[in-house]
Amino acid sequence: MTATERLHAGPEHAGQTIGAHHRNGHRPEGHGPGDRVHDEPADPRPIGHGRMPRKEDARFLRGRGRFLDDIALPGLLHLAILRSPLAHARIVRIDTTAAQAHPKVKLVVTGEMLANLPGLAAPPRASDKPTTPHDGRNLAWMPTLADDVQAVLATDKVRYQGQEVAFVVATDRYAARDALELIDVEYEPLPPVVDPRAALDPDAPVIRDDLVAAGKPGPPNHCFDWEAGDKAAVDAVFARNDVVTVRQEMVYPRVHPTPLETCGAVADFDPIEQTLTVWCTTQAPHAHRTLYAALTGLPEHRIRVISPDIGGGFGNKVPIYPGYICAMVASWMLGRPVKWIEDRYENLVSTAFARDYHMTGEIAATRDGRILAVRATVLADHGAFNAVAVPSRYPAGFFGGVFTGSYDIGAAYCHVTAVYTNKAPGGVAYACSFRITEAVYLIERLVDCLAAELNLDPVELRRRNLLRAEQFPYRTATGWTYDSGDYAATLQEALRLADYDALRREQAQRRARGELMGIGVSFFTEAVGAGPRRHMDIKGLGMADAASLVVHPHGGAELRVSCQTQGQGHETTFAQIVAEELGISPEDIRVVHGDTERTPYGLGTYGSRSTAVSGAAAALAARRIRETARQIAAAMLEVSPDDLRWTKGAFHVAGDESSAVTIGEIARFAYGPDLPAHLESGLRAELAYDPPALTNPYGCYICVVDIDPGTAVVRVRRFIAVDDCGTRINPMIVEGQVHRGLTDGIGMALMQMIAFDELGNCLAGSLMDYLLPSALEVPDFETAATVTPSPHHPLGAKGIGESATVGSPPAIVNAVVDALRPFGVRHIDMPLTPSRVWAAMTEAAARPAAPPA
Amino acid sequence: MSMWVTVTINGERVRRDVEPRLLLVHFLRDELGLTGTHWGCDTSNCGACAVWLDGEPVKSCTVLTVMADGHEVRTVEGLEAGGELDVVQRAFLACHGVQCGFCTPGMLMTARALLDRNPDPSEAEIREAISGQVCRCTGYASIVRAIRWAAAEERRNRTATSEGGQ
Amino acid sequence: MQVPAPFEYERATSVDHAIELLGRLGASARLIAGGHSLLPMMKLRLVTVDYLIDINDLRRELAYIRVEPDPARPRSAGSRTGRRRTAGARTARSDSGDEAESTEDGVIPDGVIRIGALTRHRELLESEILRRTCPIFSEAERVIADPLVRNRGTIGGALCQADPSEDLTAVCTTLDASCVIRGPGGERVVSMAEFYRGPYETAVGPDEMLIEIRIPLRPGGSSAYEKVGRRAGDWAIVSCGAAVWLADGVITDARVGLAAVGPNTTGIPAVAQALRGQAPSEELFAQAGAIAAQYCSPVTDQRGHAEYKRHLAAELTRRTLRRAVARASGDDLLADDPQAPSGASRD
Repeated sequence: MTATERLHAGPEHAGQTIGAHHRNGHRPEGHGPGDRVHDEPADPRPIGHGRMPRKEDARFLRGRGRFLDDIALPGLLHLAILRSPLAHARIVRIDTTAAQAHPKVKLVVTGEMLANLPGLAAPPRASDKPTTPHDGRNLAWMPTLADDVQAVLATDKVRYQGQEVAFVVATDRYAARDALELIDVEYEPLPPVVDPRAALDPDAPVIRDDLVAAGKPGPPNHCFDWEAGDKAAVDAVFARNDVVTVRQEMVYPRVHPTPLETCGAVADFDPIEQTLTVWCTTQAPHAHRTLYAALTGLPEHRIRVISPDIGGGFGNKVPIYPGYICAMVASWMLGRPVKWIEDRYENLVSTAFARDYHMTGEIAATRDGRILAVRATVLADHGAFNAVAVPSRYPAGFFGGVFTGSYDIGAAYCHVTAVYTNKAPGGVAYACSFRITEAVYLIERLVDCLAAELNLDPVELRRRNLLRAEQFPYRTATGWTYDSGDYAATLQEALRLADYDALRREQAQRRARGELMGIGVSFFTEAVGAGPRRHMDIKGLGMADAASLVVHPHGGAELRVSCQTQGQGHETTFAQIVAEELGISPEDIRVVHGDTERTPYGLGTYGSRSTAVSGAAAALAARRIRETARQIAAAMLEVSPDDLRWTKGAFHVAGDESSAVTIGEIARFAYGPDLPAHLESGLRAELAYDPPALTNPYGCYICVVDIDPGTAVVRVRRFIAVDDCGTRINPMIVEGQVHRGLTDGIGMALMQMIAFDELGNCLAGSLMDYLLPSALEVPDFETAATVTPSPHHPLGAKGIGESATVGSPPAIVNAVVDALRPFGVRHIDMPLTPSRVWAAMTEAAARPAAPPA
Repeated sequence: MSMWVTVTINGERVRRDVEPRLLLVHFLRDELGLTGTHWGCDTSNCGACAVWLDGEPVKSCTVLTVMADGHEVRTVEGLEAGGELDVVQRAFLACHGVQCGFCTPGMLMTARALLDRNPDPSEAEIREAISGQVCRCTGYASIVRAIRWAAAEERRNRTATSEGGQ
Repeated sequence: MQVPAPFEYERATSVDHAIELLGRLGASARLIAGGHSLLPMMKLRLVTVDYLIDINDLRRELAYIRVEPDPARPRSAGSRTGRRRTAGARTARSDSGDEAESTEDGVIPDGVIRIGALTRHRELLESEILRRTCPIFSEAERVIADPLVRNRGTIGGALCQADPSEDLTAVCTTLDASCVIRGPGGERVVSMAEFYRGPYETAVGPDEMLIEIRIPLRPGGSSAYEKVGRRAGDWAIVSCGAAVWLADGVITDARVGLAAVGPNTTGIPAVAQALRGQAPSEELFAQAGAIAAQYCSPVTDQRGHAEYKRHLAAELTRRTLRRAVARASGDDLLADDPQAPSGASRD
């Protein structure tokens, strides 16, 4: 494809393909190291969309980022949490005497003490009986983001290893750590539930006796059931005798987002003003403020939540953690600022994990490869408390909406059963787009299994079933709508970049020599940008986000947004959005985020919603200002507003370009004395954007692997990723998001799992055991894009942040299974460690029906 | 127990009374306020804490402050000179080597040390050099490209200088 | 972040001073060099140390890599390869700045390599002497930890930590190294088999210090190392070192050392017995692999299943023997290090 100019919003650029690929060691002549090989001209200072370096980089490059642990306040104290060593145990006795006697310790708090605290808006009440969460509000318990409660500090029992039991506050962090060892806790161990498949056994140990005591019916460890689709229609298809059916069990193991910066909070309660300021590693400051208000009894106007620079979020920093509440309580009790920042063990063992879906997928197709139905049964391990961060009406996230994938499948049904186990709570995190990672993994693996069964090339099978451009907007078998897509073009581009036919020829040659090369494809469809508030709320907060824009008398602008960057570059991309609408240079547009006192209300950043929701709000606010500016320009030029034409940055009278007034001149006029009487002084707009629908980014990924036949080590040789996220505001940033997601996929597919032993001990409590890909495990990525704008988004943009994390794991697993085809391997569960790959090779080879190598 | 140590930090001699168990990363951050150096794990795996000790990149979470007594430490704050960014810093800006910024200081220190020893590293050598440091945002591709950009830029500058150019 | 419990700190000014401190401060005193084995344990509070004795200043005494004639061994009249080192060879500075005997290209001299216990991983990796005489060292170092850790950690620290998955223990076992231990009563030399007693246990007494590692050199030999891990820098699932000596196309001696396949890094004498006097061949390497697999005792853990580890023991034994033989034969084509960083895929 040929070079394209800088992209603008609008349908005229739909269907364009931008090839931007980097091959290891294959740079064309004339390109030096570090040069980008791509077709778009690099404009270092676009006024609007385009590649530009980030405005926020300066502080990070110079070591002047302001992360949570960098915060130092006068009188700051340090909080450390004592955590349970056991997965399931009754608390018999806690003796804090020795800890309290430590000369540097200011405070020691247990669950019993929190249970006597109804909130932070009144003095503690005296009581000799710890209360339960169901007796009325007390701070030993807190509501989760799902419809459940979670212990802040354990009172009766501990329910997972690493659960919070007590905390100390000391004058420095080393003393706080020392003091933890002086707290004496006596536990009575209880048998744990570790295997989710055993959670519903009649004799399974009861984890949530608190719920049972409050009257919860059904099996004690049952959390919820959820279904979507038409079971009867699907059953009818599977009952036909002219279809091929494939059934495959597959586990998406428990993994963890592991941002490089752990979670933490600095709480500062002012006893004079009765106000609470909380610096917190939160991806959603406003939502947190509302939830802290509910929890503490303080009204929102007396709480300020500040997200400083955040060192990665990936969904790990969405929930409210007990540590945040502990810091607030401690500050309230002591009248001094208190900092809590967790170490890596605490982060891995107790904060929001991801996935842990045990799935059985079934797919039915005609013999010539037309997919007719898909059925999924899921057992979901939610840990000891249901704390998934999902819109309230979707306890299983968006799994049920998108598990038919990118294909035209007429019948679909899924059933999800969620259970409690003695593990940390969580489940929705690690760039999952609310369980879409699980759904995409299921359908993409099923399609490959079907291809193997039908002896069809997996690309060919996909070709026969991919949605066609004319089918959009497309309504899935479970009633969800995909907004736009030209899947064939994206597939074509991926195949071209990979030179797919040549790869298959190479594979045949290598196979003949006994080498194991694999090619894996994944074609995923996302559903992001949550979402329309009548359908989507979190804890009763509708998922609309606001933006507030002002243009100052000197022509610079300030945009205030409710979303929260954790590395996605919002200070640049949002400035570019406004720049595109108003023609003000991004350098002159300041983006304000992260402080509830300085930004409008919204639900924050996760689920790839920033561009989709806040980006729309920002663009529409800018367009409102442009319309006001038109009115002002008309007054300045003494013409009718209808006689004016806009070229980016200025209005001029139609037919007379010399008559232009710039946005800067208009801004000056807006604050001046000559503004017409019917117009308000100033130039500002604020609006909350309630998305009409979700957006559907999609993409096609191709992964090439080589497996050492002797050691079973998998090496990712190439990763080709063609993404379509609609309008691309800053392609450089888009590519960076894709690179991250592809790396996530390699981590999950090859080396990551939060594993437990039979006693519920977490075996992944450090980075020695929970492995993160290094620069040696990932190739240089080859990325490209197609552009199919969203028809309902003001910019045509769809969001990109999670696409690659969603689409890459099945591409890698498909590649490994493809490589092992000579052994007759059908499926291997992640992580595909060398040991597991070798086991699959040898077990399959040992089966009598294995085809010849 | 506490003891007096003298450490040269970014060229400046600093003298403090510290506990022997105080980790160098905490000394830099909490005692000296140099919060550019970060920490991200408990087991010396992540490399967010990388600084120079006597000119070599090390993990400052696994060095005691007292061990640095009488030695030289350089941190990311010392990379720039007179407000001018070092070439590696400019490279990360140009090539989008920064996203959340948490691994960035450590990566910059390792990049600078690498180019000081090996002015024309291959992609493989760069990946090897940063293999002890985790990034959760970039997937490493942009960081590798940034370091190659910096190497090329420094070669250009050296050529210009040696040719008597501007 | 995990931080150590309080302790007291002393800096040793000489080896004898360090030994004197160990004797005086008792059982809860530990030496610290690079600290990358000990400090992580102290931060996690898995080990309690009341006194830490910093021996980094002893690098001026104990950081070196030297080739010397072995006083304990008679000078050979001439090797059967027909090449020998000339007496009185020049002394040259190696990359690490230590004094070194220069060697003619490709000639393994008859003698001993002496490595100071405080030599850092990085110095071992970059040593030209080791690369020429004992390539197993550079192959192993490239896959030990990561570059930043290698800038600090020392061979003495690694050996004394005695983690059963630790690579340098396997390397030294493969090379039939001896360890020089100094105590209040003087020095003693022990074999690797005597030095390594089990997981986290060595022959170094509470008031003693490892000061040197000696690698015997014989003509006609070479070595190799290979490691399989789940990720770069990971502890080994299995790693294997092999050393062979050839004369007239026949293996005169062979040694294999495995890591992470049981409580002890094993030298597997049965491999040497099977290989001595035989001409190298794929069948012979496979036989050696089978013996290695038989003699190791891996356990199933998060890194892998015992069966897989046993398979790896065999596979890696084959590969390292093959490569060591190729190097000893001067066959450069096959002697490339498969784990060297390379931009291109290795077909």
